[in-house]
Amino acid sequence: MYSYSDFDEAFVRSRVAQFTHQVERRLDGSLTEDEFRPLRLMNGLYLQLHAYMLRVAIPYGTLSPRQMRQLAYIADTWDKGYGHFTTRQNIQFNWPKLPDVPAILSALADVEMHAIQTSGNCVRNVTADHFAGAAADEIADPRPYAELLRQWSTDHPEFQFLPRKFKIAITGAQNDRAVTKAHDIGLRMVRNARGEPGFEVIVGGGLGRTPMIGVTVREFLPEADLLPYVEAVLSVYNTLGRRDNKYKARIKITVHETGAEEITRMIEARFAELRPLFGGNDQKLLAEIREAFAPAAFRNAPTDAFDAFYQADPTFRSWADTNLTRHRNDQYAIVTISLKAHGQTPGDATSDQMRLIADLAEKYGHSDLRISHEQNVILPHVHKSDLPVLHAQLVKAGLGTANVGLLSDIIACPGMDYCALATARSIPVAQELATHFEALKLEHEIGPLKIKISGCINACGHHHVGHIGILGLDRAGVENYQITLGGDGTEDAVIGEKTGPGFAYTEIVPAIERILRAYLELRTEPSETFLQAFKRVGMEPFKAALYDTEDAQDAA
Amino acid sequence: MSRRFTPKVVTANRLREGDVVYLKADDTWSPFHHEAELIEDEAHAQMRLLHAAAQKLTIVGAYLADAKPGPNGPEPTHFREEFRTRGPSNYNHGKQADLAN
Repeated sequence: MYSYSDFDEAFVRSRVAQFTHQVERRLDGSLTEDEFRPLRLMNGLYLQLHAYMLRVAIPYGTLSPRQMRQLAYIADTWDKGYGHFTTRQNIQFNWPKLPDVPAILSALADVEMHAIQTSGNCVRNVTADHFAGAAADEIADPRPYAELLRQWSTDHPEFQFLPRKFKIAITGAQNDRAVTKAHDIGLRMVRNARGEPGFEVIVGGGLGRTPMIGVTVREFLPEADLLPYVEAVLSVYNTLGRRDNKYKARIKITVHETGAEEITRMIEARFAELRPLFGGNDQKLLAEIREAFAPAAFRNAPTDAFDAFYQADPTFRSWADTNLTRHRNDQYAIVTISLKAHGQTPGDATSDQMRLIADLAEKYGHSDLRISHEQNVILPHVHKSDLPVLHAQLVKAGLGTANVGLLSDIIACPGMDYCALATARSIPVAQELATHFEALKLEHEIGPLKIKISGCINACGHHHVGHIGILGLDRAGVENYQITLGGDGTEDAVIGEKTGPGFAYTEIVPAIERILRAYLELRTEPSETFLQAFKRVGMEPFKAALYDTEDAQDAA
Repeated sequence: MSRRFTPKVVTANRLREGDVVYLKADDTWSPFHHEAELIEDEAHAQMRLLHAAAQKLTIVGAYLADAKPGPNGPEPTHFREEFRTRGPSNYNHGKQADLAN
């Protein structure tokens, strides 16, 4: 993986020193909160409901075991012994104290990590397919481009005060696991007629209060044009984007108000100006970065042990069926470690779990770790013969849950248990859904299903692209949950449709059960997934199941 | 006829720790909602908020939150403020753990 250059190291250290002084000046009264707030946000420090929260970037979701151990150390030393992995491939610490934050940032810098640009109206952490470099369906590893974008966007003087935050996601694969169509810029690797790799550039996607699927402004962008083109998009947005209204400031609104055709023309015109200014240093840099992402030295060994175990042990088989993904090397598998044990907080890992995962990555995973936007941890390269022993160790640590891609593999934002912006809780809804369906033993029968929960309209929990989306709102001083169905965050991205009136906190789990029992009744065969069934039959049968209940009839 | 004023408490977070606190009638800050000064008058509420906001070395983000009288002192009326009195629901962290005794 990429290691910091002297420049990166000096930059991050200087920012730690700068913020250390800013904290001192806040604590001695030289800075007011109004003066300090933008400075702390530039360093990822929020004030939440019960405490401060520090958001640390995990660039394109990639971590080394050493970095994971340091996150565990930070959790033990300055927090409450755990961390929360987010849908933006970040980790959040929920309980830091302000005077300790400089020491935390310093400890992060010791392992080439930081919290810069994890907040504010700038280019945020660039996210990527969490199976990058391992997936069988990949044109190329997208992470060198993501690292190039990270370097280019970090402290970019022109883009520190954009109209609003700006999120870029990149995938090198056919199957979009990075939700590229719901980002300010989504980059999908494609090949042109000559077979050369490049990018489809999607602009203006986003969730939040105005969910939109991005529009393709370039079908094929040659690899060498990546930076000038992305810079052209940012430049046009920086000029046109609205600063008069926070709710209309994202690029999706700019695209919508300007029109796809006109904004494409403007981007191309700006690109024509910028392209000649890029003299090739970016490509030299890209070549250097690419060396850092050279594939691991894969082992060549028999996989009989895996096959035998798979036949013999039903617990292992169940886990292998849900938590393994095909690797481009047939002897290997991609392992998703579920951070969704039934009843636990989605995306949380204790410091002990982090250390174990780091050890396992070193022992069995070529020292490579990923954090997915679905709030799980990935070991991208595990030889199949090592899977039985790996699984046994995961199970011992409460990390062996066989539920990836199933009902209880829920994305949930922190919601009103932590977040100052939330209008309702999300975590306990996720916990109850998982334990309720576990008790009913219906999860495996229901099959592939993505439930995504947000505790406010800002949609950090991606509810719009959940097969079942749940949005927590405050309706007249009571928590109320709105349901959307049919959302999809893949290459076929769709925004889910609202079912109708929302449900109270105590009613939301039974409501989801009614939807899923209706699905089990109406599916043509067990292999027809919930999403496929929804596409076939539409909203009506689910609406009927939700609202035509005995209670509703009694009331009528 | 003007709308009736809903009683308020002044609440904020401690600057250093981030903990939720409430302004008491004696001008000190308490971690307990029931020890807060329940403010029944709108003009007085504004004065108390100004007083709180000036304490920039102690607290951050002071605001007025709706409250109602209860047997042991003021109680929150909105679920958000109720959560702030105890901490998150997924772990025994925050006030519910720190102030259990």
